[in-house]
Amino acid sequence: MRRRAILAAALATPFIARAQAVPRIVVIGGGFGGATAARWLRRGDPAPDVVLVEPNPTFTACPFSNEVIAGLRDIAAQRCDYRAVAAGGVRVVPQAAAAVDAANRSVTLADGSTLHYDRLVLSPGIDIAWGALPGYDEAAAERMPHAWKAGEQTLLLKQQLEAMADGGVVVLSAPANPYRCPPGPYERASLIAYYLKTRKPHSKLLLLDAKDAFSKQKLFQAAWTKLYPGLLEWVSLSDGGKVTRVDPATNSFETDFGTHKADVGNVIPPQRAGHIAALAGVADRSGWCPIDPVTLESKLQPGIHVIGDAAIAGAMPKSAFAANAQAKVCADAILQLLAGTTPAEPRLINTCYSLAAPGYGFSVAGVYRPVNGLLTDIEGAGGTSPLDAPDSLRAQEATYADAWFKTITHETFG
Amino acid sequence: MLALAPLLLCAAAPPPGASSCSGCHAPASAKTDVPVIAGQPADHLVALLEEFRNGTRPATVMNRIVKGFTPEQVQAIAVWWAAQP
Repeated sequence: MRRRAILAAALATPFIARAQAVPRIVVIGGGFGGATAARWLRRGDPAPDVVLVEPNPTFTACPFSNEVIAGLRDIAAQRCDYRAVAAGGVRVVPQAAAAVDAANRSVTLADGSTLHYDRLVLSPGIDIAWGALPGYDEAAAERMPHAWKAGEQTLLLKQQLEAMADGGVVVLSAPANPYRCPPGPYERASLIAYYLKTRKPHSKLLLLDAKDAFSKQKLFQAAWTKLYPGLLEWVSLSDGGKVTRVDPATNSFETDFGTHKADVGNVIPPQRAGHIAALAGVADRSGWCPIDPVTLESKLQPGIHVIGDAAIAGAMPKSAFAANAQAKVCADAILQLLAGTTPAEPRLINTCYSLAAPGYGFSVAGVYRPVNGLLTDIEGAGGTSPLDAPDSLRAQEATYADAWFKTITHETFG
Repeated sequence: MLALAPLLLCAAAPPPGASSCSGCHAPASAKTDVPVIAGQPADHLVALLEEFRNGTRPATVMNRIVKGFTPEQVQAIAVWWAAQP
């Protein structure tokens, strides 16, 4: 870049107007999106001032939490902390964000203090849309866990399964799209079925679905036929699977076709972007956040970028891999915008593994590019593992799933 | 202006697609079952990726992923990863 262009670009950048020597980027939410973004932003030379706002001292990962529920993994393996993030030069502020003032570019924290920013990254994940499913509120979740945010809810569902007598009925309900981790309900059903088959073989599992089609469907259904015949039953939308109400007093699920009483009831409820997204004005009427596919900047509020599950990322699913990939693209775009250069059109990848049983894994992958303002599947790329594959390939993908978890948590949290 | 100039020298952004790879491919220091790509010769990485593309190398996901990139994009990604620690 020529000197004159550099000067023009520098004068055009907002942090100059504030006379700050170093731009400040505030990241709200320390999950796979936010923690990755904070660390990746520190690659700038010199690095910008990066503040990560996250109230929890530890993060409990959702990927592989279905293994915890099935008694195959200790929840300690799901936990990460922010020591390495902080050691890498990110200022970690252990508070919740209470408000965002987009016009003045400031965040108000729970203690009332404020943080000014040049760019804000929101990675708030999901909130449960309490009340969207009649009967399902926070009190109901203590009786009928969602376990869709990993932690106490994960352990509650695990404990309920352990306490259930052999011969019991487990009922899961899966929501309509969109929601966090599209194949997650089906992996969970698979691994609970594995637990029942090996520990309580006279039990049944009923999966009530608000959809007629789902991620990796043929692979899951082939695995269920092979591994869990007569044990796991999937009820599609067309067959009356849509749950219209739950009753925690009786642990039952109502559909238009009847009522299913559960010994263990797991409600995977409707969701929306984490609450701060609505407070910041970046969520639309759908409850999710429309974004520019090049910079991941909000289409509703300039200066605020939204990544991960909260974003409407077109064809990209709400997955940890996607959040991590979006975080890096977003961070690079922010560094370029602050330097006065134009980010190139990105390519993003998603890879997502599921387990149908220990040692039985398969994947879906996708490659995405911006088309007409949305991240769109590149035709001819991506897709699922082959349907007719030897056991050795399923075992290899299970191994790669395990490696993926180690790698992505290492990149995100250090 | 002097104080601002270093801000403009921020680390070169990776070529499109390259930053996604580290979701699965760990640095050499971390031992996992997924092959390390950081620091590998670019020609070697390009050869592997083109074998995934044309089906001459057994694959799990890389055969599906490489088809989202042109040979020129694969080349740029390989050069960038070759230079990573």
